Amino acid sequence: MPLTKTRFLENVMHIPDGYLSPQTYIPLYGVSIVVWRMALKKIRDDLSAKHIPYLAMAAAFSFLVQMFNIPIPGGTTGHAVGAGIIALLLGPWTAVIAVSVVLIIQAFVFGDGGITAIGANCFNMAIVMPFVAYWTFNLLRGLSQNTVRVTVAAFFSGYVGLSAAAICTAFMFGIQPVIASGPDGMPLYAPYPLSIAIPAMAIEHLFLFSIVEGVMTVALLKYFLKNESTLIYAMKETSHEKI
Amino acid sequence: MKRFEKKLWLGIFAMAVLSPLGIILPEKFGAEGAWGEWGTDTLEKLLGYVPGGLKKTADIWAAPIRAYSFGGEGAVLSTRIVSYIVSAFIGIVLAYIIILVISRLLFKHEK
Repeated sequence: MPLTKTRFLENVMHIPDGYLSPQTYIPLYGVSIVVWRMALKKIRDDLSAKHIPYLAMAAAFSFLVQMFNIPIPGGTTGHAVGAGIIALLLGPWTAVIAVSVVLIIQAFVFGDGGITAIGANCFNMAIVMPFVAYWTFNLLRGLSQNTVRVTVAAFFSGYVGLSAAAICTAFMFGIQPVIASGPDGMPLYAPYPLSIAIPAMAIEHLFLFSIVEGVMTVALLKYFLKNESTLIYAMKETSHEKI
Repeated sequence: MKRFEKKLWLGIFAMAVLSPLGIILPEKFGAEGAWGEWGTDTLEKLLGYVPGGLKKTADIWAAPIRAYSFGGEGAVLSTRIVSYIVSAFIGIVLAYIIILVISRLLFKHEK
């Protein structure tokens, strides 16, 4: 497998137009719309007007953090998403909305991610990622306040969250040749099978981008623990019952 | 505004100003940018053909600030750096406005 062949797959966290078949992106639009409605209801019940500035900051932060492309020398680039730390600070449902808003802006204004793929991209980065991150954190932390345990839980929260999003993205690409081929048997959309798509996306995330996401999650959680610890959604006594 | 909130906004503005690192570092390390590598001509080179459905949908939307650059993807680095910072602030403002509108609708009985 020549290097150049996988190159286009790498860092396609934001799926562009034309890479997913309608039978993939239409149902994913459906799923995202359902989850958006649930999330808005959850936010109305769980948060109050005083959280609005933080919600806005969370979205701004996610937009910016995605601009910091991290290079693999001679290879390609990737970036953190921030959905994990937002889920820990403001809750996974809030992260769904904050990151979705970002992905929609990116697609419409900057052509980063396709218009047809908004549902798919939101599913990966704004739904799978914050929930996997949140669950990972709770699973590893338990109810412990121990610094080491909280740190480890925060790291893996970001690490597993972004990795899960990357693998979901790769899965969406990889099933395209199977489910959408022309009458001549040639793929109509993303042309590479799972056996190429999954390793290409998984390796670079597991070994670099997800580590960056994990470290960032730890650093920001520590900052909030020090300065505004009462705000942290995932560490409120009742947070386990809320979800 | 609370002091802590002010600090966070300062952090966000600092990120916006520093954002060009996200294009300068990849350039320095010879890493290909996050955009443009999915162009249909690149695929043509890699595969020898462009998948039919992909060809039809790829250019369905013309984004006003494609690839966060006012001079297009191939612009000189200085143009891309300025565009990148401006894009960062456009992103902040848009995110802020959209979240504010959503929140107003959600919490209209509060305040």
